Amino acid sequence: MNRTRSVSVVAVAALMASFAAPAMAGDTITVASWGGTYQEAQTKAFFKPTADALGITIKEDTTNGLDDVRLQVTGNAVKWDITELGADECARGSKEGLFEKLDYGIIDKSGINPKLVHDDWVGISYTSVVLIYRTDVFGDKGPKTWADFWNVEKFPGRRALSGSQSTETLSVAALAEGVPIDKVYPVDIDGALKSVDKIRGHVDAWWTSGAQAMQLVKDGEVDMASIWNGRAGTLKKEGAPVSFSFDQGVLTADCMVIPKGAKNKEAAMKALAMFVSPQLQANLPLYVDNGPVNEKAFETGKIPQDRIKDINSAPENVKKQVLQDAEFWRDNLVEATEKFNNLIQQ
Amino acid sequence: MSAPALMQETAGAGQDLNAQALRTDARRESLRLLALLSPSLFLVFAIIIVPIGWLFWLSLFDEAGAFSAANYARFFEQVSYIKTFTTTFKVAFIVTGACVLLGYPLAYMLSQLPRRAASICLIFVILPFWTSVLVRTYAWLVILQRKGLINSWLIDLGVISQPLSLANNLSGVVIGMTHILLPFLVLPLYASMKTIDTDCLRAGMNLGAGPVATFRQIFFPLSLPGLASGVVIVFVLCLGFFVTPALMGGGKVIMWAMRMEQTTSLYSNWGAGAALGVVLLVVTLALLGLFQWLLGARATGVWSSR
Repeated sequence: MNRTRSVSVVAVAALMASFAAPAMAGDTITVASWGGTYQEAQTKAFFKPTADALGITIKEDTTNGLDDVRLQVTGNAVKWDITELGADECARGSKEGLFEKLDYGIIDKSGINPKLVHDDWVGISYTSVVLIYRTDVFGDKGPKTWADFWNVEKFPGRRALSGSQSTETLSVAALAEGVPIDKVYPVDIDGALKSVDKIRGHVDAWWTSGAQAMQLVKDGEVDMASIWNGRAGTLKKEGAPVSFSFDQGVLTADCMVIPKGAKNKEAAMKALAMFVSPQLQANLPLYVDNGPVNEKAFETGKIPQDRIKDINSAPENVKKQVLQDAEFWRDNLVEATEKFNNLIQQ
Repeated sequence: MSAPALMQETAGAGQDLNAQALRTDARRESLRLLALLSPSLFLVFAIIIVPIGWLFWLSLFDEAGAFSAANYARFFEQVSYIKTFTTTFKVAFIVTGACVLLGYPLAYMLSQLPRRAASICLIFVILPFWTSVLVRTYAWLVILQRKGLINSWLIDLGVISQPLSLANNLSGVVIGMTHILLPFLVLPLYASMKTIDTDCLRAGMNLGAGPVATFRQIFFPLSLPGLASGVVIVFVLCLGFFVTPALMGGGKVIMWAMRMEQTTSLYSNWGAGAALGVVLLVVTLALLGLFQWLLGARATGVWSSR
């Protein structure tokens, strides 16, 4: 522990030296994220070390997503310097011109999947959508694949899927039809909707928030569900009788942007460079189950070996999962979501 | 000219002068009242009329920023909007009905109790009022879900073998919302029942009416204005409900406010969500107009000054 800490101090100091920007000391920037345990982990992993290293103050706020950024930018009242969003929101906001261009002379993009490196947004962490089931109902012979989840004869029981995240439910619906993980994108939306049509009569709840998905499984309201891996991990840690794996998971990235018209753009750029650096990225899985977006984080030696297999973005786990394509959803989200809503509300 | 005619003429002129003075005075007074009202009128204009007008204006633009009816056409193109709309009104009618069935006897009992007992009981009505809607909704979830209190008791007692589906569907939404909205019906109803003159009831009894006839012919009609205000308040609050259906509906009961939130984040123009607001506002106003027409202005004392 002591050794890893001293390594990180040295690394942070080295990073800081490479920026060599004494003039910015004393600046204050505001970073908005999703709140809760996730943001608490980010504070420890990213914000605090960055503030210490750059000599700036990082104030925190919480966001509801793209609407908030749009409201601030179009209303000329930008109060955040950096904000977190879902990758599809970043892709949409980018199309709307809501963000500042990022300077990849300052931000080192090596180690980040090129699909998550764009002119005005960059990936920050990963969440996976996984299949969870209750072991008190199924023992260890529960549904392991989405095809199993769709098989109501072999696996009778109550089911929950996401009703609010149409992109995720359509992705798993495609997997349920037997589409191989590398062929899911671009999603055949009509095919995926037909797949949803087959299961919708057997879905007992369409969850609209991570907390709700967790509560449904925890209280035994459903026997199997799609759920975010962070929530699934928490359930397991709390001792709930559940099992899940990253097989056929759907990896969705979160991203960070600098809203157009941010007041402390320069300081924000430097802070963002720190957030995506391997050293700080490697801190994230020490506090929360959201995996680092920078794969070089796994080479820092900061993440204990026995922890790596539980991290969704560890190289061996990435191979088992589908990466959501943010740009595909930028162009298809509205139409697909309306059709999805029509279907599940029949 | 004869003396009487002259007198008549002077009297007529005097009356005219008098009337004119009175009219000037009345006009001056109404102007003064208007001046006194102007700050609040301005406030109403600035915080209600202007934003609603703006909402309406925004709803007329599509994603490209062009003037269009696309935001309204969506209601007819996508079945989920119509479905959400009918669900919203269905829930509002059921919840209002349930509140009346539960709230009327409760308010009646409260109004008949001695003062001290009534105020103690009233505390029980108001107490949940001070607890957050979110907390109360979660509490209902704990009570109603498959492995919740009610189902465990009923199974333990051998009444049922399979758990009842009480949460994550329409019944959960109705139970949760009825509980939260009940005070909004009971309080105005209780207030109006307290003002009913007990002498009227005694007079009815004196003239030979039995308890049932007294209630039906005297008490009930006199309590109608209070009931109507309660019904209108509950119904309108139902239409905008968000938290309870979102948590208790299991994603199967999508109400208008939830759809607004979804639509606002799905589309990049404010108009998409604004159109939903406009439609709800127009339909609600139309329904309130219908209520007033059906029940008469006297019953819906919410707007008419008596």
